[in-house]
Amino acid sequence: MTGAPTTTPHRATSHAAGAYVVGRSLLHRAPAGPKLAALMLCSLALLLVRSPAGVGTATLVVTGLYALAGLGPRAAWGQVRPLRMFLPVVFALQWWLMDLTSAAVLSTRLVVLVALAGLVTCTTRVSDLLAAIERGLSPLARVGVDVERIALVLALALRSVPVIADLAGRVRDAQRARGRERDVRAFAVPLVVGSMRQADALGEALRARGFDD
Amino acid sequence: MARSVRTDLPAELPADVPGGEHPDAPVSHEPAPRSAGSETSATSRWRLTAADAARIATFAALTAVLGMPGSLALFGNAVPITLQTLGVMLAGALLGAWRGALAMLTFLALVAAGLPLLSGGRGGPAVFVGPSVGYLIGFVAGAAVVGLIVERFRTLTFWRVLVASVVGGMLVMYALGIPLQALVTGFPLQTVATGSLMYLPGDLLKAVIAASVTVGVVRAYPSASPLRHDAKAPMNLPAASPAA
Repeated sequence: MTGAPTTTPHRATSHAAGAYVVGRSLLHRAPAGPKLAALMLCSLALLLVRSPAGVGTATLVVTGLYALAGLGPRAAWGQVRPLRMFLPVVFALQWWLMDLTSAAVLSTRLVVLVALAGLVTCTTRVSDLLAAIERGLSPLARVGVDVERIALVLALALRSVPVIADLAGRVRDAQRARGRERDVRAFAVPLVVGSMRQADALGEALRARGFDD
Repeated sequence: MARSVRTDLPAELPADVPGGEHPDAPVSHEPAPRSAGSETSATSRWRLTAADAARIATFAALTAVLGMPGSLALFGNAVPITLQTLGVMLAGALLGAWRGALAMLTFLALVAAGLPLLSGGRGGPAVFVGPSVGYLIGFVAGAAVVGLIVERFRTLTFWRVLVASVVGGMLVMYALGIPLQALVTGFPLQTVATGSLMYLPGDLLKAVIAASVTVGVVRAYPSASPLRHDAKAPMNLPAASPAA
């Protein structure tokens, strides 16, 4: 129980850092933009694959890519772990509605899709991905969108996640001290007001630095 | 009593006050999106002030934090409820349609960049081809609809925000989420819709919480409201003096 208040900042840090695994493989060195584009194309192509042979090949290819990136089973499991609650339900439903083979193929495909995206997550720094997104948005500058400003908002949001998580931890501790930990409103109102104050102070600071000029 | 006097006002005032100088916030708010053809209003809508940028970024982060496990121990963690969709409703209600939708887009960009910020620790580009892709689009559309409804009013009240949250945060989300989930998983629409019924009580509860929290936040911090009427007391509203 005594450890509870300190867990929030730690968790927030790990969230903000993403799941990047340091490495020097070919996949690590590949630029973020093409990696994202390739991922999107592969994911869409995979959604069309419904045969056991096709999904089997995809599984082998993705496993090979994890090996190429020097990622062990632990990193791979870290990426597909969020599916562990969802997948058994989907598998059971598909078995019931269709047949065992389709259920196995479709469930495997889902795991492969998530693992493939996780590969990009593990081999690319969040800052590189955000920069790639910014570059991807740059054509919008022609229709009057301020891409630099969007990039700043993204960076501010990224920075705000641990700050707000920390605030949430403090608010929760305060509510716990007052014995009102089950009162959602007593948690959310101070959290949102605190976030709003934080935002407005940030806005003032930006304006003082000539952001609106 | 004071409120009923105030709501009568717009009906009487436009007769002698020119529309452009009417102090009522929603009236001056409304024409902006419709007259998107005119150059000035279109560019000003695309332009983000420092205050807008900061609030958008903060609400993106808030939505992420609300989705983290343990950010709220509802019934002692027995129910794995996260409040992520509460972030959608709050962003719409407190930032308005335009900025609320941008806050959700910012949140989704962070998710796409690989941060495990979606409830259940999901993240990365895979979620945009996964079964819940419709709900993710619904984050943006839902926040926009909540904001559009809320902006029609002059003040935020519990019931108004509740209606906006149910329409934007639930109906719009389901309307996008259920068909796309059926498409991705290959289940019949009927099955997915029936399966989604189990989220209904939790989502209703979140709409109630969103309404109650919004009203509480605006009371504690009036400039939080997207409605100018709430944010600062009207200076030249005749009805204010007889009410006081």
